[in-house]
Amino acid sequence: MRLKATALAALLAGFALARAALAVDTTQMPTPQLEERYLALTHELRCMQCQNESLADSPVELAADLRAEVRDMLLAGKSDAEVRAFMVARYGDFILFRPRFTARTAWLWLAPGVLLLIGVGVLVRVLRQRSALLAADPTGVDEDGPP
Amino acid sequence: MNRFLLPLAGFMLLAVILAIGIRHAPEKDIIASPLIGKPAPNFALPDLADAAHTVRAADFKGRWYLFNVWGTWCGDCRAEHDTLLEIRRANVLPLVGLDWKDDDAQARAWLTQLGNPYAVVAVDHAGRTAIDWGVYGAPETFLVNPQGIVVYKVVGGLTHEVWTREILSRVPRQPFGGS
Repeated sequence: MRLKATALAALLAGFALARAALAVDTTQMPTPQLEERYLALTHELRCMQCQNESLADSPVELAADLRAEVRDMLLAGKSDAEVRAFMVARYGDFILFRPRFTARTAWLWLAPGVLLLIGVGVLVRVLRQRSALLAADPTGVDEDGPP
Repeated sequence: MNRFLLPLAGFMLLAVILAIGIRHAPEKDIIASPLIGKPAPNFALPDLADAAHTVRAADFKGRWYLFNVWGTWCGDCRAEHDTLLEIRRANVLPLVGLDWKDDDAQARAWLTQLGNPYAVVAVDHAGRTAIDWGVYGAPETFLVNPQGIVVYKVVGGLTHEVWTREILSRVPRQPFGGS
């Protein structure tokens, strides 16, 4: 058991090292708080050129420019919301991996809940029908027997 | 009967929705610019022809112009260059170039070699102005009206068809008068 835990820890340490070695972004922010906000923002903003990568993960030059923009805005004391607003004003909602709730994106956010409700509704109906059947014929035998 | 009909109807609905999604898939490559209908971002950048001279968006207020983002490292920019020269010859509106993250000497050589379609070229080494315009690749071209509002954006190379169908049709026909 202890061996397993050690192996796991070594594996995780290995991953962390590999991650650091492969990191596209080597930016260091002056404080841990700024570092945390910088990492969060660059991970939730899309690289517009590669589109399925975040700014943090993309090696293209435009992503580096946009990361520099995020860094400079944070260093200038801008809030996370201000950084996001800056990006959306230039590149549109598409730059956000987590879309905002607007009239256009409402269906995106609400559809899973609506589908879940429909599913629960169907399930309840089916269960009710089954228990009604069972109550009418507690033996569970379908055929009519002699009285 | 009913127990099969309902799931089938659900399946058909889903199939139709997905089919519509696939039909419109090509449009997803082009991301609508939030800049359309908004004022063109201002900038103050050195002129490629003369670094001592500053080019500003405000210089073009009061006239229609095309703002074309390019670079010598960009293959599609080479491909659209003939169309840019055609636009210059048409003498309808000036082309304002933004030489994006490029080498000045190479850019000047490119214009000498291929012909210069631009009224003026602003040099953006840092890429800050390109970010302000929401540029995510080159070439990109913006049509700006005399009030300084961005009217239309082309992502990718300009062609004769795009020039006549999408741009010329939006601009009142009046030669801008070379100066």
